[in-house]
Amino acid sequence: MKRKAVITLGSLALIATVYLFAADHIDAPGVASTSSDITDFYAFQSPETSSNVVFVANLQGLLSPSASASANFDENVMIEFNIDNTGDAIEDLVIQCTFKDGKVYVYGPMSPTRTGLTSSIVSSMTATATANITAYGANATVGTSGAMKVFAGPRDDPFFMDFAQYGEIIAGNATSFNSPGSDTFAGTNVMSVVVEVPKSTVGGSGTINTWVTSNRKQ
Amino acid sequence: MKKTYINKFWAVAAVCTLALGTLSCGDDDGEMTPETSTTYVQEDQMGRPAINTVFVSADQKDNFNTTVPSAQGAAFQSAFQAKLLALNPDYTTNLLTFSAAAFTGALATDVLSVSLDGTTTFYDGTNVLTGRALADDVITVELILIFGGPDATEKPGLTDDNVSANDKAFLSTFPYLATPW
Repeated sequence: MKRKAVITLGSLALIATVYLFAADHIDAPGVASTSSDITDFYAFQSPETSSNVVFVANLQGLLSPSASASANFDENVMIEFNIDNTGDAIEDLVIQCTFKDGKVYVYGPMSPTRTGLTSSIVSSMTATATANITAYGANATVGTSGAMKVFAGPRDDPFFMDFAQYGEIIAGNATSFNSPGSDTFAGTNVMSVVVEVPKSTVGGSGTINTWVTSNRKQ
Repeated sequence: MKKTYINKFWAVAAVCTLALGTLSCGDDDGEMTPETSTTYVQEDQMGRPAINTVFVSADQKDNFNTTVPSAQGAAFQSAFQAKLLALNPDYTTNLLTFSAAAFTGALATDVLSVSLDGTTTFYDGTNVLTGRALADDVITVELILIFGGPDATEKPGLTDDNVSANDKAFLSTFPYLATPW
């Protein structure tokens, strides 16, 4: 009886947690509030070096400062930046990022061993660049390899939107946004992976199609 | 159990032999080096901002995340179009002169195009979809394209969430994202 009560309380706590994180960049039930939930993806010319391009993957949205201090990258989750050079939305190059013992390991840019929903990291591959994962509150640790740079650690969520009011509009409870709006993501953090590479390693010139995936070790 | 495994092994070996000379076999371009590889299976995926959140129905969100981009257009364009017209029944075209079919066709293949030749921005008044920079007000751009009509003036209450910048300044040096709160 007592055990049942404990289980019920545990279930309630679980439900409350799921509910709180349901807004979580608010993606999909299968990944919401998990270590593989991608909140955002950015790709832009390097502000520091115009011959470089920067890829950003953010994970685990809506982390409070206290939650950020204990947040980690999942060693069983690989983050893959996909690059299509030929306009068919199939990856021709990938940059793969894994996490182990406080370090991020970046492989590529390189041709993938296979395309699609399954990815591989072959044992003979060596990481192109590594960095210590930056701890909460510490100065950013940047790993370099030639012109390549890598960072992994907690950051302010760069996304901004009045998501709460959007929800009210969609629900039929409001007919317009407020002015000023309220940034639902203000004061929250994400776990970021930032990789900067020479443009020459991802196609050189022209337009590339890019996307990011999170992938779980089998 | 063991027998099944062995049968599978020989079945794979037989297919490899058949494929030899014409197709690469497995993941290592036909090389038979005794290499081990770690396999990962995709769980989440993202190209442009907020596409899954806005255009994919609740029961299809996981499916969208595990459909390769090259198959997303065929699988999701019509549902995206229905969603667009549900969000904005008055939709005709938008600032990019896209019909509902053309707009949702472009959106359903959820990849972010990035220029390697200059300015990278979601939209800055001149450049359209040449990347996504940290400071880009992507949500307002998407709201304009969904609700604003051909000249971005329709439904003004819905074309700007009036949150136009991040709550912390970005850095001018790598890793560019602001320190955490």
